[in-house]
Amino acid sequence: MKARALQNKAAIAGIGCTDFSRDSGRTEYQLALEAAVAACRDAGISPHEIDCITLSSYQSETVDEAELVNGLGMKNLSYLGLVGHGGGAGCAVVGHAALAIATGMAETALCLRALNSRSEFRYGQFDKNRGEENLEAPVPWFYSFLHPYGFFTPAQWAAFWARRHMHEYGTTAEHFGAIAVAARKHAARNPAARFYRQPITMQDYLDCRMVVDPIRLFDCCLETDGACAVIVTSAERARDLAHRPAYIRAMAQGTGGPGLFPITAFNRERITGMEETARMGDFLFAMADLRREDIDVAQLYDHFGPLVLLSLEDLGFCARGEGGPFVEGGRIELGGDLPINTHGGLVAEAYIHGFNHIVEGVRQVRGTSTAQVEGAEHVLVTSADGVPTSGLILSRST
Amino acid sequence: MTSERPRARRPVPKLERDTHGYWEHLRRHELVIQRCTQCRTYRHHPRPMCPECHSLDFEWARMSGRGAIYTYALVNQPLHPFWNGKTPYNVVLVELEEGVRIVSNLVDCPNDLIRIGMPVTVVWEDVSEEISLPMFRPETA
Repeated sequence: MKARALQNKAAIAGIGCTDFSRDSGRTEYQLALEAAVAACRDAGISPHEIDCITLSSYQSETVDEAELVNGLGMKNLSYLGLVGHGGGAGCAVVGHAALAIATGMAETALCLRALNSRSEFRYGQFDKNRGEENLEAPVPWFYSFLHPYGFFTPAQWAAFWARRHMHEYGTTAEHFGAIAVAARKHAARNPAARFYRQPITMQDYLDCRMVVDPIRLFDCCLETDGACAVIVTSAERARDLAHRPAYIRAMAQGTGGPGLFPITAFNRERITGMEETARMGDFLFAMADLRREDIDVAQLYDHFGPLVLLSLEDLGFCARGEGGPFVEGGRIELGGDLPINTHGGLVAEAYIHGFNHIVEGVRQVRGTSTAQVEGAEHVLVTSADGVPTSGLILSRST
Repeated sequence: MTSERPRARRPVPKLERDTHGYWEHLRRHELVIQRCTQCRTYRHHPRPMCPECHSLDFEWARMSGRGAIYTYALVNQPLHPFWNGKTPYNVVLVELEEGVRIVSNLVDCPNDLIRIGMPVTVVWEDVSEEISLPMFRPETA
């Protein structure tokens, strides 16, 4: 049995976001500072009280701990942590801060992600960014097995998984569409969302542009400029701060076994599910002492809608192959059994590498979401799969 | 149009210490997969150590070149100039007879006839002096 030493020892006490846009007009550094200060104000603390910073890292980070010190002026940092794999890191970034706090290494932690993923580096345009003179596949080395065949982007790789799921289980475009429709329904209520007041119908989904068959435009995450930050502190201290604490009931990471390549783990036994998510989910629920049915609302990493369907199976909310029927009939919409991505998610609110999912998880616990699930007690948040992944369960009470 | 621009070439792999043996066999039109010589486990992509038995000894095991389409994608946006005017193009995952899956393109087959399970066989595209890539075409009876 995995240790339960972390359970409810720490809590998220502050949340802060910048505006979400297509062109922020400012550096990622400034966005990070703005979100950090917003999160501190929300918690009712000074940035100078921060003694721990944890961040995520992948390929394109421009903000590091030293710059945060230079911008925010804290003098007593004692714990710094960096979790790899970008979108997969988010929940673990918060979890590592919670571990530092639970063990007494630190008292008040800042966790954040800032990116100009629309106006600067665009993940979805991968090779276009590099220019046509550049023929040789880039590092990391595994791109050499993909780029010569025109296989450049996460959307393209996700298509392999989606197609195989359709083939093995009879999953349909309408099943994938249910995820997009739910996200847009929730975003329509959220003034911060890219698609505020812009819900779609299933027909809108089916009619939208096919980016890489079977992945449609509305399956794909946005490209966003913006930043999100959270403040983590001890459960005891959080109770004395401005808002109801979002207790960190459990945190887990997962990789699964060998063959782990970014959304391209095509030599594992199955490509209809993500091994790292299944392992992480088992660890997470064991640490939390909770059952799947105890989860009231889930913020699931939705780089691509069809992969959410896989996550529902990997996390044990339904049996293998039954993700399609599971999402039918409004089950994942507000008012359903398991509302998902009540802020609109990466496909309809903003793409902040899933840090916006963590912020929304806190709002649900506080009761302040724009798509609030009444009496939400336990909220599941996951980070990107297809890479080393992570998850959190945030709770309203201990 | 007067300006004569050279046609964009296909991107090529970057040859590195742990993987160059793979590409050298492909240059000779030999489809190989790395295999541990201790426990006989295949591994792809290439890497220095067997994750099962931790042996550093390996061979480049010759494949039959036959397999079947395991899944596929049809790409509508050219993100590299080589594919300008060639969309939608396919990318396929071929499960080789030996059980290992590799990413490739299916040639000599209209996109709307691609099916999961379709038997395919290797053909070669010489991209440069150093690089040849395994492509696949439908297997004819």
